[in-house]
Amino acid sequence: MTTAALSRAGGATAAGGAPRRGLAGRLVDRFGSGVLQVFMVLLALFWLVPTLGLLVVSVRTEEANNSSGWWTVFTKPAELTLENYSDLLASGFTASFWNTVFITVPSTILVITIAALAAYAFAWIDFPGRDVIFLVVVALLVVPIQIALIPIAKLYGALGIMGSIPGVVLFHVAFGLPFAIFLLRNFFVGIPAELLEAARMDGAGEWRIFATVVFPLAKPAVASLGIFQFLWVWNDLLVALVFADTENQPMTKALQSQMRQFGTNVDVLAPGSFLSVIIPLILFFAFQRYFVQGLLAGSVK
Amino acid sequence: MTERFDGPRTPGGGEVPAAGVPTGPQKDAATSGTAEAGRSLDRERGQDAQAAARPGTSGARSPAAAAAGTAAGTTTREGTATAGGGSRSRRLGPSPAVAMWFLLPAFILLGAWMVYPILYSLWRSLYDASGNEFVGLDNYATIFTDPGMLTTIRNNLIWVVVAPSVVTVLGLIFAVLSERIRWVTAFKLVMFMPMAVSFLASGVIFRLVYDADPDKGVANAIITTVRDVFRPNTGYPGARPRENDASPVAAQNGAVVTKQAAQPGQAVLIPLVGLPPAQVAEAAAAKAPPQPAPGSLTGTVWVDFTPGGGGTVNQVDGSEKGLAGVTVEAVADGRVVATTTTNEDGTFTFENLPTGSYTIRLPQENFTAPFNGLQWLGPTLITPAIIGAYIWVHAGFAMVLIAAGLSAIPRDALEAARIDGATEWQVFRKITVPLLAPVLLVVFVTMIINVLKVFDLVFVIAPGSVQPQANVIALEMWRVSFGGGNNQGLGSALAIFLLVLVLPFMFFNIRRFRREQQ
Repeated sequence: MTTAALSRAGGATAAGGAPRRGLAGRLVDRFGSGVLQVFMVLLALFWLVPTLGLLVVSVRTEEANNSSGWWTVFTKPAELTLENYSDLLASGFTASFWNTVFITVPSTILVITIAALAAYAFAWIDFPGRDVIFLVVVALLVVPIQIALIPIAKLYGALGIMGSIPGVVLFHVAFGLPFAIFLLRNFFVGIPAELLEAARMDGAGEWRIFATVVFPLAKPAVASLGIFQFLWVWNDLLVALVFADTENQPMTKALQSQMRQFGTNVDVLAPGSFLSVIIPLILFFAFQRYFVQGLLAGSVK
Repeated sequence: MTERFDGPRTPGGGEVPAAGVPTGPQKDAATSGTAEAGRSLDRERGQDAQAAARPGTSGARSPAAAAAGTAAGTTTREGTATAGGGSRSRRLGPSPAVAMWFLLPAFILLGAWMVYPILYSLWRSLYDASGNEFVGLDNYATIFTDPGMLTTIRNNLIWVVVAPSVVTVLGLIFAVLSERIRWVTAFKLVMFMPMAVSFLASGVIFRLVYDADPDKGVANAIITTVRDVFRPNTGYPGARPRENDASPVAAQNGAVVTKQAAQPGQAVLIPLVGLPPAQVAEAAAAKAPPQPAPGSLTGTVWVDFTPGGGGTVNQVDGSEKGLAGVTVEAVADGRVVATTTTNEDGTFTFENLPTGSYTIRLPQENFTAPFNGLQWLGPTLITPAIIGAYIWVHAGFAMVLIAAGLSAIPRDALEAARIDGATEWQVFRKITVPLLAPVLLVVFVTMIINVLKVFDLVFVIAPGSVQPQANVIALEMWRVSFGGGNNQGLGSALAIFLLVLVLPFMFFNIRRFRREQQ
C-alpha cells in the first residue's frame, strides 16, 4: 500500500463518503454530511453552554442573577458589570491565588526533578531488583489518595508542618511521582544507547550524562508531564482540604468554603471559579499538544 | 524497524496531536488526513516527531503507547539495543550504588507518603475512633451494615455501572463522527476543554446548570421550553368551586364536577374562584353558554368574580373572565364519553352527544401546578445529575484517546469493506469497533478507576442536605475522618476498602505492562 493510495483514501473520507458512488449516493452523502455538521455544531455548543453560563453569571449583578436566567443577557447586554470581580479581588481572594501558585509551581518542579532522577536509574542503570521495583511503581499508579490522608495528617502533626504549604507540596509530589517516573522512564529507555555509551567512554559520570545528555533530550516528555502535574495540583481540592489551613489555602479550598450558601454566594463563586480556571485554560490552549500527550500517558492513573 | 512502526497501529498511536508517534509525518498525513484541521495538527506533530527523532523512535511513542496499554517497555528497549548494535546489559560504568543516589529522593517520598500510609491504614482500621481500643474487623462490619454506608456503596455501584460505559460509548461516537468534519481540531478542543477545568469549577458550573428554577438553571429552562412546545401549559392551579350549596359545581378528588347531571340540549355553568385577578387579567371576557343545538351540550368555564365588586354569583356577568384551554369531559357511569376544550371566552360545546345523563367534569390536570422542570439536586436525581457532570468532564478525554486509536486503524481495511458494498454501519460494527477494542478497554478501565475515587464533583455539586443520598466511598472517607465524623478508625477502613476496590485494576495494569515487556 503506497502513501499515495492511503492519501486518496483519507481524502475521500474527508469529503464525507466513499469514492465511486452514483450521483444519488453522493447527494445522500452530501445531505447526510450537512445533517452531521449541524449535529456536531449543536453538540459543541451543548458542551460549551455550561462554561459560558459560568462566565456570564460571573459578570452579572446579584440582583440580575436572582431575577432572570443568564441567557437573557443576549437580549439585554447592558446588565454586564465587572463589579463581582473587583469585589472579589478586594476581599482577599488574591491571597489564595498566590497560595495556589506557591503550591503548584514547587510541586511541579520537584516532581519533574525527582522523577527524572529515578527514571534515569530505572532506564539506564542496572541494579538488582530493578524490574520488580519498577512494577511496584506501576502498581502505585492507581493507589487512591484517601489511603494517605489519615497517616500523613498524623505524620505532619508530629513534624509540625500540618496546615503549611510545604506539607501540601510534599504530598502532591509524592502522589505525582509514580506517574512521573513511569512516563519519563518510558521515554528515557527510547534514547539510543550509543549516545550514553559514547558519553561514558568519554569518561562522563552518570550525573553528567543525566544532566547534559538524557534530560535535555526528554523535553517533550518533561513538557507533557509538567503541564499535567501542574493542572492536577492547581485543580486539587481534597489535599488542600485536609492539609492546608485557612491561611495557606489555595483557591479551590477558599471557594469550597463558600459553597454552603451557594444561592447567596454566586456573586463570589462564579467569578472566583472563573479566575481559578483562567490559568489552566491558558496553559491548555497554549500547550494543548503536550496536554494531550499527558492525557494519553495518564490514562493508566 | 518497519515492524516496530507497525506495532503501534494498536490503539494509541494515532493522529492525536503530539502523541509523538514516530511513524513519520508523511504516513500520519496519509492515515489521518481526514481534515485540514487534522493536517495542521499533523504538521505540529511532524515537528514534534523531528524534535524527538534523536531520542529515538520508541521513546517518543511511549506516552501514547502507555495510554493504549502498550507501555513501551522491554520491547522498545530491546529495539533500541538492536538498533544501537549493542546490548544494554554490557555495563560500561555505573555501579548499582550509583543508582541508589538517583533513586533515593523518590524512594523516600514513595515510602513515607504511599507505602507507609497503606500499612498504617491497615493497622489503624482495626482500632476504634479514639485509636486506643482494638476492635478487630468491626469498622469493616460497619461499612457493610450501616444503612448510610450501604447507600454509599449502592451509589458507587451506580457510578461504576453507568459512568464508564456512557463515557466510553460517547467518546467512541464523538471520535467516529469527528473524523468526518473539517473543524475537527476546534471540536476536540471544545470537547476536552473541561478536562483542564477543576472539579470545583465544574461543580460550580453544574450547580448553576441544575438550579431548580427554570428562570435560572439552564437544564430546567431547556426542559420546560421543550415541553411547552409540545404541550402548552394552560393549567390554572388554585382555581376551585365556591364551597356552598348554591354553587352548581363541586370539587372531587382534585377535579371539578357538576352536582347535577346534564343532558344534551342543556347549557352548563361552571363558575370557579380562587384565581388571582392578575393571572386572568389578559383573558377574554366570559360569555354565557351558546344555545345548544339538539343533541349537543354547551357550557362556560369562567372566573365568577367581578373585580371591584358587583356581579351576580353563579352567573356570567359582563366583566368576568373566561378560562381558555380548559379540558372538559362528559362522564356517564364513570366513563369518559367525550372530551373538549374551552374557547377563549370560556365556552365549550359537546356536539352529537348520545342521549343520556352526564356529569360534566374538569379533570385534575387543569388545576395542577405548571411543570417547572426536575429537582436535579433533590435526593432522587442527585446521583444521575452528578454523573451527568462527570460525563461532561470526561467525554472529551475518551474521545481523544479513542480518536488516537481510530486513526491508527488501517484505512485500506475500511476502504476494502466499503468497496465490497458494506454500509457505513457495517464497517463501524464489524471493523472499526473490533479493531478499537483494546483502546476501548483501556478507556473503560481508566474510567472505572477514576470513578471509584470520585470525590470533588459529589462534594461540590450535592448540597449539604442531600449529601447522604449522593454519598460515595471517597467522600464518606473524608466525611468520617475530617468532615466532622472524627472517626479515623472507620476512615482508615474506608480507605482500605477503596484500595481493595482498585486492586483488580492495579493487577490489570501490571499484567498489561508485563505482557508488553515480553
